[in-house]
Amino acid sequence: MARENDNSKRTRGYYDYSLVIIICFLVCFGMIMLYSTVSYTAQLKNITATEYLSNQIIATVLGFIAMFLISFMDYHKFARFAVLGYLTSYILIFLVLTPLGITVNGATRWIGVGAFSFQPAEFVKIAVILFLAYIINKWNKKIVKLRYVFVILMLIAPISVLLWQITDNLSTALIVAGIAVVVVFVASPDYKFFVSMGIIAIGVVVFIVLKIDWLISLSESFRLERIQAWLSPEDYASGTGFQTLQSLYAIGSGSFFGKGLGNSIQKLNFLPEPQNDMIFAIICEELGLFGAVCVILMFLFMIWRFMVIANNAPDLFGTLLVVGVMGHIAIQVILNIAVVTNTIPNTGITLPFISYGGTSAAFLLAEMGLALSVSRQIKMIK
Amino acid sequence: MKYQLTRNRRKIIIFCAFVMLTGIMLCIRVGYLMIFRAEHYSALAKEQQERERSIKAARGMILDVNGNIIATNKTVCTISVIHNQIEDEETVIKVLSEELGMDEDTVRKRVKKVSAMEKIKSNVDKTIGDKIRGYDLAGVKVDEDYKRFYPYNELASTVIGFTGSDNQGIIGLEVKYESWLKGINGKILTLTDARGIELENAAETRVDPVSGNNLRISMDINIQMYAGQLAEKVMEQKQANRVSIIVMNPQNGEIMAMANVPEFDLNNPYTLNYEVTTSLTTEEKQNLLNQMWRNEAINDTYEPGSTFKIITMSAGLEEGVVSLNDTFSCPGFRIVEDRRIKCHKVIGHGGETFLEGAKVSCNPVFIDVGLRLGIDNYYKYFKQFGLLTKTGIDLPGEAATIMHKKENMGLVELATVSFGQSFQITPIQLLTTISSLINGGNRVTPHFGLDVLSPDGEVINTFEYKTTSGIVSEETSETVRYILEQVVESGSGKNAYIEGYSIGGKTATSEKLPRSLNKYISSFVAFAPADDPQVIAMVIIDEPEGTYYGGTIAAPVIKELYENILPYLEIPTDYAESD
Repeated sequence: MARENDNSKRTRGYYDYSLVIIICFLVCFGMIMLYSTVSYTAQLKNITATEYLSNQIIATVLGFIAMFLISFMDYHKFARFAVLGYLTSYILIFLVLTPLGITVNGATRWIGVGAFSFQPAEFVKIAVILFLAYIINKWNKKIVKLRYVFVILMLIAPISVLLWQITDNLSTALIVAGIAVVVVFVASPDYKFFVSMGIIAIGVVVFIVLKIDWLISLSESFRLERIQAWLSPEDYASGTGFQTLQSLYAIGSGSFFGKGLGNSIQKLNFLPEPQNDMIFAIICEELGLFGAVCVILMFLFMIWRFMVIANNAPDLFGTLLVVGVMGHIAIQVILNIAVVTNTIPNTGITLPFISYGGTSAAFLLAEMGLALSVSRQIKMIK
Repeated sequence: MKYQLTRNRRKIIIFCAFVMLTGIMLCIRVGYLMIFRAEHYSALAKEQQERERSIKAARGMILDVNGNIIATNKTVCTISVIHNQIEDEETVIKVLSEELGMDEDTVRKRVKKVSAMEKIKSNVDKTIGDKIRGYDLAGVKVDEDYKRFYPYNELASTVIGFTGSDNQGIIGLEVKYESWLKGINGKILTLTDARGIELENAAETRVDPVSGNNLRISMDINIQMYAGQLAEKVMEQKQANRVSIIVMNPQNGEIMAMANVPEFDLNNPYTLNYEVTTSLTTEEKQNLLNQMWRNEAINDTYEPGSTFKIITMSAGLEEGVVSLNDTFSCPGFRIVEDRRIKCHKVIGHGGETFLEGAKVSCNPVFIDVGLRLGIDNYYKYFKQFGLLTKTGIDLPGEAATIMHKKENMGLVELATVSFGQSFQITPIQLLTTISSLINGGNRVTPHFGLDVLSPDGEVINTFEYKTTSGIVSEETSETVRYILEQVVESGSGKNAYIEGYSIGGKTATSEKLPRSLNKYISSFVAFAPADDPQVIAMVIIDEPEGTYYGGTIAAPVIKELYENILPYLEIPTDYAESD
């Protein structure tokens, strides 16, 4: 008996192996899909797929090391970096405007020195999660008041706006804003506010869809054309709707079990940048409906693991940290698959763990380290 | 603290449930796309991923009545290059320009052109194609293809017709029977990447072509060839513009021969069959070609002249306004209303019976018959004999009859129509009408097409043609045959008389418009045996030089034709009958 009491008070060596396994699985699966997808592109550049993916592999290995190191640290120690990270985010975003900025495909989203380059956006996501958890934990009592919900959202809003305007990265801006909303929603006792905000958001979307023609007559803006292309991709086949339509072709030609790994034809230059935002379409084409649903279910399982960790975290800081991670993964996966299936207008969002991108892979794994670190402090009550 | 965590937990669960729900909805969305929209999108995807190369179907052959091949196919090659697959550009250019005998710059331009597939040359001889294939050059494609081939070159060129670059019929029977002759092209579908490069290991989808069906026609190449030769001979002798000879079975309208000389080479239909001194614009050349391709037996009308008296004769006999022994008198002209219409014999034929008048082709006799019939009756028979409608021959571009409107017809018009002037019909119309009047009164449809055979030789369709019986009585028909037999035996058509055969016929000499030019069309129509016609033939000589009387120049042509084809067709002789 004494021993049991003892155990209940002490931190045991709990570690969420289910989450570790699902992470490893997704990363390996992602690597295989990437290998399949880029093999043609690599061949055009006269290099092997492995060479093409070398940066990705290095980043992933570094990411795994970071993940394990972070997971074995006490997450409370990170709280002291929260404000620093928040401020660094601004600096990094503005660094993009300096000569350190790297422009790819017309968008300046990277900063780099020599061979090393990375996307500030990836750092910002983690920094925002940490900052949110820190500040809400600090204002624990105040958050009951709706005013503070506003204050917190207003602290994050500038980052979101800057990401959108400076790095021309609407998707990351949306993700950052989304994470903030999710964390604040969980922390605040209020429902009415969030429900009414949700209803207003849905109302705006419905209004845009129904009044698209009227809105077009007001301004010939790029975003609106994206919306038109979303509503009828086949009418915009050669322009804005091209990538979406090619993605639908890939999905439509997958059938139940797909064409088999490596047999996608849409990846052969038909679907632009298949290894980035559109890799889910290639998964559909090669592995079929079965493969696609499995991938979605894996992500849902991951979300469920986050929920378990968040709900059992020893304190509010840990809970909110995991909620932030959970919100991040959930938003990014949902938006990516929704874009690929043309459920929402096209906006460049990568699929976590699977899409090509070294920075993303490394920072995502580091983020997983945070969640695992929280899980390690779950008190087991026998 | 505890309370707050519980509150947070509830919200976390709400959020998690929301995510799960969204995830499931996305699964449904993906499922919808991959199941219900699969057909739509995968078809569109296939369309952009596949390169289609068509395999031409073999066009059906055209066979004569005895199965001799008149039109068939020859294997030729099409040489193309696929820009992306070429490895050694210079060698490709060198080999292709040498082997194909083409300008190196032209080849270079096509080889260097960045396109999915560029055609270098088509209709290349198979041996050259095989040789190029032997070089095994990367990026060079040799596709086998069919080209229409006519073994008899000029034989019945205006009737058979020829095909264009896509093997589609351009004129003649090739057009008329296009749907039977043409096959269904096959295709080879190859998967490619977005740059058009064929994928290795990707299975080719091959849709085999379906060969066209063979058409058997009533033409007999032996008769056709002989008719063609005769026509050429008389054209040369008489320095005529053109000569047409048609040989038909009057009982059913099957045409055994239709020669329109000068013919042209079906294997080179775009080469004029005569020398041109001045350089031509494309349009001028096309006009001359169109002229050369005309089938004047069908496409052009003319004033038939005296051969048309058969129609007046039949109408008069059928209506009962004239009989063989009715007497007429010919002073060399007949005055109708205010017009003096001359007979071809200026001093006149004097007193004569109807039979005698017919034998000498006396115009006043037929004017009288026409006037006895009157406008209403004449028009009635004109229509009843089928002269107002087209014959319905299975060749394209049949010209319609140009005839006075009934309400505009006066006695003068009636008088001239009675002996074959002042209106125009096609030669085939005249021949068909005469056939119908002498075969017992059954209006037949002239035709070539007999049946359609599958490539294995099975009959898959036999053509049926309309026959209208009773356009004249059998009795009238018999009288007409008797009169026309007399014409050949001792009348104007005696130059067509062949010992031992009973032949009925009628001559004609029509003056072309305008009359002042003194240009003539000389013609003769004859059938045998006279009492039971099995064959009817007609010759039309356009603008002969020198003597132009049908009886003098046209009748001997038919005589020569009959001397050969009557035994060939096993037409019974008089001797056999009397034995």
